[in-house]
Amino acid sequence: MNAGRDPIVRFDNVGLRYGTDREVLSDLNFALLPDSFYFLTGPSGAGKTSLLRLLYLAQKPSRGIISMFGENAGLLPRKALPPLRRRIGVVFQDFRLIDHLSVFDNVALPLRIGRIAEEELRESVSDMLDWVGLGHRAEAHPAVLSGGEQQRVAIARAVIARPEVLVADEPTGNVDPAMGRKLIRLFEALNRLGTTVVVATHDRTLQKEVSVAHMMKLDRGRLTIAEPAA
Amino acid sequence: MNGRLKLRIRRASNKRLGGPMPWVVAIMVALMVMIASAGMALSNLARTSEADLSGSLTVQIMEAAEYLRDREAAAAMSVLEERDDIAQLRRVSDRELRDMLEPWLGDLGEGGANVPIPALIDARLAVPLSEARLAQIRQSVIEAAPSARVEAQSTWLAPVLRAVSALQYYALGLVALLGVTTAAAVWLAARSAMAANRDTIEVVHLLGGTDDQVVRLFQKPVVRDAALGGAVGFILGGGLTLLMARQFAALDSGLVASGRLGVADWAVIASIPLAAVALAALTARISVMSVLRGIR
Ligand SMILES: Nc1ncnc2c1ncn2[C@@H]1O[C@H](COP(=O)(O)OP(=O)(O)OP(=O)(O)O)[C@@H](O)[C@H]1O
Ligand SMILES: [Mg+2]
Repeated sequence: MNAGRDPIVRFDNVGLRYGTDREVLSDLNFALLPDSFYFLTGPSGAGKTSLLRLLYLAQKPSRGIISMFGENAGLLPRKALPPLRRRIGVVFQDFRLIDHLSVFDNVALPLRIGRIAEEELRESVSDMLDWVGLGHRAEAHPAVLSGGEQQRVAIARAVIARPEVLVADEPTGNVDPAMGRKLIRLFEALNRLGTTVVVATHDRTLQKEVSVAHMMKLDRGRLTIAEPAA
Repeated sequence: MNGRLKLRIRRASNKRLGGPMPWVVAIMVALMVMIASAGMALSNLARTSEADLSGSLTVQIMEAAEYLRDREAAAAMSVLEERDDIAQLRRVSDRELRDMLEPWLGDLGEGGANVPIPALIDARLAVPLSEARLAQIRQSVIEAAPSARVEAQSTWLAPVLRAVSALQYYALGLVALLGVTTAAAVWLAARSAMAANRDTIEVVHLLGGTDDQVVRLFQKPVVRDAALGGAVGFILGGGLTLLMARQFAALDSGLVASGRLGVADWAVIASIPLAAVALAALTARISVMSVLRGIR
């Protein structure tokens, strides 16, 4: 259904090694289509986080070409990367909340980086916090939150700026199944609004929640993609 | 419109005082202000004294016998009086000379009259004193007063002025050393702020913050600390300098007054805390950029 449209992300013969070790990712050739939903699965240590780091431009590939939004990321000058990163929302596997900032300020961060005026961002941040059920914890600091609450703050921060691509690394690992389903509904809603979503997860029941999802499977650094069952 | 990234960073150490950085900068700036002002006062003193002294000469009549000495002094005076390159002429009285020498030779009173003291004539020239002119004056004075010794005052003081000049460079060197030390202290403070906030830098960077946004995030507190330290140091050092200046002014000596600091000197002194702030901003930028380049 999305065929024929320009991919939003393209990997050509991409390989990644850390230092002089053997390659963690090899011969990655795939494209992510706009408005699509992807699950990324694979055993622990298969390279899921590494692949996602390449996607959100935290890491340069050791070889191959990564195109983001039609641009060859490897050829772009340093100055051109921040605007691309602002089009990508990230839920880090280890959350990476800034622990001396309040929950509110953590979630507001991408908007402030994008130079959105204070008056404008206040309401959207509050709405987002209400949506993930943390409206009452806006002034709390991440350190006093439970693991699941921190995860929801991380998700709120990732989606607050309406990114074109959302990359989530085990975003439901610390929440109960009901909250997990609710968060996946949020990702689906974003996806319907035009965001390309990539979610790395071990959770099989979660994978069944999204009928339109493409399944990306990593095994020992190699990737296979299955079209949506639906 | 809202260009600033409203985001605090974690202070490297003591939260209340903002760490030791402001105090280090304050002490360094105070020292630099005091040393620089002392150096500039010395430089002014050397310059004006040189200008003053190069226009005057002294004649000493070394003759031991008092009546001969007085005769020779009178002869020397009349030779000098006739010259039109001499603007002012004065015989220093024996009383004055005795008073001047008393601290070194003890009371020469009436009983000490047998201790021979030279007659002294001060002359101020109407024109700059060249070597040739000095030699010519010396020759004509000695013809009239054979025991006369004619010297330009600058030749007496030349070694002193040279020593004073050397002190200026000494002061300049000290200020430079203190400047380097301040830079090192600011660098260390910026590095430790960096280490304490590495996660913040990385997250802001990964969420699409520009290098300038991250740099400004860190420059703000570092610059604020440096400005606080610079202001305190300037007030401290400048205050002590003014106090010193008043002490010296109270001496009411022409030589000391010539070392007074002018408006330009104070402008140079005021630039010291400003330089400290600029240095802090630059240092913060360089250390943040070195972290950022390491990330990607
Ligand atoms: N910064 C790094 N330096 C060196 N090796 C790394 C680094 N990050 C990951 N690796 C290695 O790369 C391999 C893939 O790691 P990665 O974190 O991508 O796996 P993963 O699929 O996300 O695993 P998990 O499901 O446990 O999160 C592992 O063998 C890991 O040890
Ligand atoms: Mg992982």
